[in-house]
Amino acid sequence: MENPGQQHGKLWLWLDERIGLKDIEKLAKKKEVPMHRHSVWYYFGGMTLFLFTVQVASGILLLLYYRPSAGEAFESVQFLMTEVQFGWLVRSIHAWSANLMIFAMFIHLFSALLLKAYRPPRELTWLSGGGLMGLSLAFGFTGYLLPWNELAFFATRVGTEIPGVMPVIGSFIRRLMRGGDDVTGATLTRFYGIHVAVLPAIVTVVLGLHLFLVQKHGMSRPPSVENGPDAKRAMPFMPNFLLRDVVGWLCALIILAALAAYYPAELGKKADPFQPAPIGIKPEWYFMAMFQTLKLLPSHVLGIIEGELFGVLAFGIVGAVLILMPFLDTPAALGRWRRFAAAFAVALIVYSLVLTYLGYTMSPTK
Amino acid sequence: MGERTLKELIDRRNFLNWFLGTTAGAFVLSILYPLSRYLIPPQVGESTARSVTLSVKPQEVKANTGQIFRFGSQPGILIDTPDGQLKAFTATCTHLGCIVQYRSDINQIWCACHNGHFDLNGKNVEGPPPKPLEEYAVNVRGDQIVVSKKG
Repeated sequence: MENPGQQHGKLWLWLDERIGLKDIEKLAKKKEVPMHRHSVWYYFGGMTLFLFTVQVASGILLLLYYRPSAGEAFESVQFLMTEVQFGWLVRSIHAWSANLMIFAMFIHLFSALLLKAYRPPRELTWLSGGGLMGLSLAFGFTGYLLPWNELAFFATRVGTEIPGVMPVIGSFIRRLMRGGDDVTGATLTRFYGIHVAVLPAIVTVVLGLHLFLVQKHGMSRPPSVENGPDAKRAMPFMPNFLLRDVVGWLCALIILAALAAYYPAELGKKADPFQPAPIGIKPEWYFMAMFQTLKLLPSHVLGIIEGELFGVLAFGIVGAVLILMPFLDTPAALGRWRRFAAAFAVALIVYSLVLTYLGYTMSPTK
Repeated sequence: MGERTLKELIDRRNFLNWFLGTTAGAFVLSILYPLSRYLIPPQVGESTARSVTLSVKPQEVKANTGQIFRFGSQPGILIDTPDGQLKAFTATCTHLGCIVQYRSDINQIWCACHNGHFDLNGKNVEGPPPKPLEEYAVNVRGDQIVVSKKG
């Protein structure tokens, strides 16, 4: 390439002088993706990112009709679903894409965990990914309230009560989250602000860091591949891997369109703070394992500690172990710890699957 | 530099660094303090209702049923027990704050959220709730039902 500028048009050259396209092009050409029998798991990070962009776009569209107040929220969503042309489709896409995004994110998380992608120097990539998971769950939790229906109301009552069981600071955090002592219109406006402004701003920064680190370190080769015959095999990112990525995104889009068209998002009944919780009430599927745990715990564990406090502490510990995995399962760690990491991952997956299954199959009234 | 010793210079630099640091700290605090106060919702007059008169008349309450009523800003539940007694409790579950309902099939107060059961004295008898429901006093005065806090 004696004169790379010759291949490009005038516009490209003009832009290159101003923003340095040549450097970006060089970087893109250099980027490679390792090829081995576990390569398929590399697609799920990009898949999560793609579904996130669907969320941003469909979310902006919803903003045009949504009204964030206890008096108008439900009615505005009802209007959107019944009067606005394709309003049902936009809302259904937003709801389904959220679920698919969380699903893709969990696959991404557990594949990175099992393939030990958090090993040095990728600890911060793992931590920023953990932060993004927390942010995604916060997106799900705050967004769930916005239609102001029965299900949303009680899910939020329970969800904001959970940090409330913590000793000392619990009731303060609950008040802070609810914007008062109860779940009211004040909670709705608060959640709305968090959902459409605070979380997107934080996600932009953390996602930027996560993607930067992925570029900087490249994709991690699993330990089983590092010393095998595939240790050096790789595929150029541009355009080979990216095009495969796009195929994956198209598949996701097809699934999304089918789900949104055949199973449009429901609205249910408007929230009424003076009605009992409806029978069969349940949270989004990704909170189901935790929900079912709280349901099965007795009122007092070991006779002293209240069941829900025990549950919340246990969730906290599991979450902390998961996030801190790169610092527990270090290259210098003893064999015992290394085996613990794998056992922990498998146990967490099995536990979540079993409890989620129970959550959907156990009779709600027994 | 003249006669200034190295020590004097370091002292001056330390002083300037300290000065800059405290100023920056004060600046950040002057933003964080109002911000944190702003985020904490103001205390609105806590419902001080000690007793309420229900809109429903005693003769309208069906036997072996329960219904939610407003006790100030909080929900309460009024139950006509199978043996014809009127009882009232807070309707906020002691587990995670859902609103309970009366189940005539098992004659218990039940929370749909996490399957908590209370008997007709408000006692937590099954499932995760850690404490009993607070019971209110029910008085029938003529054709009015008055529910009030005990004690």
